[in-house]
Amino acid sequence: MSDLQSQDYIRRSATTLTPPVARDHEQQVAKLIDVSRCIGCKACQSACMEWNNLRQDIGYFEGTYDNPLDLSPEVWTLMRFTEWEDDKGNLEWLIRKDGCMHCEDPGCLKACPAPGAIVQYANGIVDFISENCIGCGYCVKGCPFDIPRVSPVDHKSYKCTLCSDRVGVGLEPACVKACPTGAIMFGSKADMTNWAGDRIVDLKSRGFEHAGLYDPPGVSGTHVMYVLHHADKPSIYAGLPDQPHISAFVRLWKGWYKPVALAGMALAVLGGFFHWITAGPNEVQPEDDTAAQTLMQPKERRP
Amino acid sequence: MSYPRGTLIRHATVTRVNHWLTGLCFVLLLLSGLSMFHPMLFFLSNLFGGGQWTRAVHPWIGCVLLVSYAGLIVQFWRDNLWSRDDIAWMRAFDRVLVNREDGVPELARFNPGQKFVFWAMALLVPVLFLTGLAIWAIYFASYTSIEVQRVAVLIHSLAAATAIIVWIVHVYAAIWIKGSVRAMTQGWVTPGWAWRHHRKWFRSLAATHSPGPRPRG
Repeated sequence: MSDLQSQDYIRRSATTLTPPVARDHEQQVAKLIDVSRCIGCKACQSACMEWNNLRQDIGYFEGTYDNPLDLSPEVWTLMRFTEWEDDKGNLEWLIRKDGCMHCEDPGCLKACPAPGAIVQYANGIVDFISENCIGCGYCVKGCPFDIPRVSPVDHKSYKCTLCSDRVGVGLEPACVKACPTGAIMFGSKADMTNWAGDRIVDLKSRGFEHAGLYDPPGVSGTHVMYVLHHADKPSIYAGLPDQPHISAFVRLWKGWYKPVALAGMALAVLGGFFHWITAGPNEVQPEDDTAAQTLMQPKERRP
Repeated sequence: MSYPRGTLIRHATVTRVNHWLTGLCFVLLLLSGLSMFHPMLFFLSNLFGGGQWTRAVHPWIGCVLLVSYAGLIVQFWRDNLWSRDDIAWMRAFDRVLVNREDGVPELARFNPGQKFVFWAMALLVPVLFLTGLAIWAIYFASYTSIEVQRVAVLIHSLAAATAIIVWIVHVYAAIWIKGSVRAMTQGWVTPGWAWRHHRKWFRSLAATHSPGPRPRG
């Protein structure tokens, strides 16, 4: 969203050089979403709209509590409701606040072709710098969580900023501020991990034997983490990926293929050049002209 | 356009216009595509008015290229069909490479190298078009899954790099074989050129008193 001073970057999209790293002794931050304490009030959604000045067009009721139905350029966080039955037939109402996970190894940033359109700050927040965005949608392909949404109006990609503008001045994200039950916490990643540990012990003592922290290693951890009562089955929470990782297709496309392709083109050009200075041009010789004239002589030539 | 006396028409006017429209599109696609492919080449997007314009214009140029190349296929496919002579010519390729074409089998209008370029592009252009549609996000993102788009963008970049290498070969061959560039800009070649490089084609024109590019009848 906004651009903090450049020394705060640890990653910058489409950049072959190392960003300034001297000032990276910054505490890693994390938002912890305790699904077991969420009551589905959507105060976080409202706070997000309010702080970021987002207003989604009014939609239609589709028979679900999800409102709006999906993330969009104007919807950066969304409560997703799932009715789930365990193996004993008990109904559980699972409510998950969906939005950018702020991966430590962000697939969107890896895929982005526009220099500086996606950055990661030293505190771990992944941010889209709209003025550099070209609207190609590569971030959509890079993301393992299906989060970025490209606006058909301004052709810019949008997602949760983790309120980088608030965090940058020492405030907590708007959704955290608004949550009435303390289901959304914000602080250093270490503190949030510790806090989650206490919650998990508590949940286990209440019979949720598979309670656990969702901080997926496939993307080197995330700066938005969940406490799940069924951490063994993340996908029951409205399709939260069980083992998120950057697609192998994206890693190939954005990995070794890039230099190999350029090297292939360079080799083709060099091959041509060296052929030119060794074999040289292929020119028509006088004897070719003579032979051609001989063949054409008896016949009529084109006027 | 009038052609100098005693020369042969290698490429008719409509063919040349069609070829250079294709070439123009290809170069523009190459520059805009590479700018979105590698960070070190992102500066090329400035040629198109910045990243947003590059992203917006690239697929439209691709559509023009598809139609334009279809025109080249209509005009060239018959003369690019594989023939038995081509294998013999390829066996003698080491001689061709060092400009010693005496004793190399006679060829009709196109040699195997030209046929390779033609058919490679005939395959790659539709592949680039179809995978390009899948990643043309503003119009077609909702018709495919994100996973399909990931595969499409990878194939698109593989096909593009292959096409660029084929294009480099094509451009160099035109520089290498003197007279080729004029054949595609002004349309004509000398009888000596035709004798040297495409003797079978030359014989067929001479036998039917055709001014080119195809024998009469």
